[in-house]
Amino acid sequence: MDRFIYLTFDGLSRGLVYAAFALALVLIWRAARIVNFAQGSMAVAAVYVAYSVTNATGSYWLGFVVALLAGLLLGVLVERVVMRFVDHSSPLNGVVVALGLVLVLQGTLGIVYGNEYQPVETPFSRDAFEVGGIAMLSRYDLFVFAAVGTVVVVLTLLFTRTAVGLRMRAAAFAPDVSRLLGVSVGGMLTLGWALAAAVGSLAGMLVVPTELGVHPTAMDVVFVSAFTAAVVGGLDSPIGAVVGGLVVGLLLSYVSGYIDVTVAPMAILALLVLVLLGKPGGLFSSSKARVA
Amino acid sequence: MTDMQQKASASTVPETGLNVPKRRRRPHPALVIVAGGILVVALTYVLPPFRNYQLATMGAYFCVTAGLTVLTGLNGQLSLGHGALMATGAYTLALTQNRWVNLPLSFAVAVLVTTAAGAVIGLAAARLRGPYLAGLTLAVAIVVPSVTSTFDETFNSDQGLSVILNPPPETIPMERWQAWLCWGAALVVVLLLALLIRGRFGRDLRAVRDDETAAKLAGINIARTQVLAFVVSAVCAGVAGALFAVLAQSVSPGAFPLTLSLFLVMAIVIGGLGSLFGALWGAVLLVLLPTLAQSVGEQTGSQQLEGNLALVVFGVVLVVVMLAAPGGLASIPSRISRLIRRNR
Repeated sequence: MDRFIYLTFDGLSRGLVYAAFALALVLIWRAARIVNFAQGSMAVAAVYVAYSVTNATGSYWLGFVVALLAGLLLGVLVERVVMRFVDHSSPLNGVVVALGLVLVLQGTLGIVYGNEYQPVETPFSRDAFEVGGIAMLSRYDLFVFAAVGTVVVVLTLLFTRTAVGLRMRAAAFAPDVSRLLGVSVGGMLTLGWALAAAVGSLAGMLVVPTELGVHPTAMDVVFVSAFTAAVVGGLDSPIGAVVGGLVVGLLLSYVSGYIDVTVAPMAILALLVLVLLGKPGGLFSSSKARVA
Repeated sequence: MTDMQQKASASTVPETGLNVPKRRRRPHPALVIVAGGILVVALTYVLPPFRNYQLATMGAYFCVTAGLTVLTGLNGQLSLGHGALMATGAYTLALTQNRWVNLPLSFAVAVLVTTAAGAVIGLAAARLRGPYLAGLTLAVAIVVPSVTSTFDETFNSDQGLSVILNPPPETIPMERWQAWLCWGAALVVVLLLALLIRGRFGRDLRAVRDDETAAKLAGINIARTQVLAFVVSAVCAGVAGALFAVLAQSVSPGAFPLTLSLFLVMAIVIGGLGSLFGALWGAVLLVLLPTLAQSVGEQTGSQQLEGNLALVVFGVVLVVVMLAAPGGLASIPSRISRLIRRNR
């Protein structure tokens, strides 16, 4: 039972990171109908920037802030320089271009930083507190809960309570009408990419220290987990992304804890196949009106 | 090249409903293959051993790019999992070969196993479209190498396995023998593919890609066509993987990273989706560009540049081709889009 409690908290903590990453995927999917396969590499790039800043200044928090800003900037760049010019008549085009970006980013990072895992420090201890002799949560887990919770709340407020959020939703769901009403549809698209990339960077900052460290391909497996999370929740639903992330995190945690760590990727693949074949719209898909 | 020009001219013809490109009488694929075979054998006698090895690698890549271009270009299914299918073929060959040391038998088993793997993934893939299919195959590409750690007693995790080979007859150097083997396999595979896509099956593939409803009305079994396309393509990848195992005389998960699958996609996009000649150019580039990047890296003395420059170059090429000529190298992407739009 102790183990179960520990694994549950561990799974929730991991799951929230996947949820954040899945949210980034959902943001772009809602805005542009593209699954951003370059999200992982973009996040790694931001983490590397933070790594450099932290090493140069000795301040984790400065690196953290710079990573989020770098994510924003990278999102703007990718949308303005590349994705804007993709012929969106076929979903394959966006996928292939994103894969090209993956190669460019991974290669560039490899040239600059080398292809070794470089350990990254956490700002808080990862030793779990014990409550009544049961190991439950670490300070770092609490930090993850707080960070992802903040992101979810801020995004929800942004999309439901502010004029910018309304414009973004309008631009995504009815671009032509929005344009007639004076919404800068292109600008909203760029903003969506920037936000998504920043959220992705945050997820990268949270997950990289808990694994082997930072590496040009460090986010590949995380990407697959987050994609699974997004599909479980339905690519269209932010709430679904959060729930999907938690499902994936718990599954990973239980499988690694009770069976073996090396089985975890296969569990993810199995979940993805099951959901895609059983309920491809995801458990929380809502929008039936908008097609492609 | 004539193939691409032909496609370009076909796409400029106004839509008449019957989009039949004007066909120039082309030589029978068998003739082209025989000519290619003669050329390769001649080359193996001229080239030094290391170049022969590279030539052999090209042949192995040609197998998989040809299969992938049929799947993606002609049937509209984008697979990022072909690197994993190659790994399946390679490991199967290694395991069989190390037990019985019988190369033809090992190849047969590798083909059988990848057929099964392709059927499983293909069954799932036939129900998926666009980014969902890409995501699923991406997951396959990332997860399959980790299987080697799960069953490390069989696969010896990251170290991988070495492959026992009977040495070729003494008069033939190893590299030349490898080039013959790889190109022999590649030419057989490509000939079969060429014959296959010339006939009814090829027509079915294109019909399903272009318009599923119309294809269904014409009596084509859509799911079966898609699964078959995936199986055919998977077998090509399996053969290529087995050839790589013979080439390196070892297999390890590190030889089949995600970037390999992405390279394969780049190779078929750049050569023109759906064209077997395009697949050949893609295979040639897959060998030449990294070599070029490596020599640049050696000249500048930067180790980090060596492996990574090729990634950057491939990535830039992929992005530029997709942005500058979406459907320019081949008019297929726009047709895929029509297929998917109608399907939603």
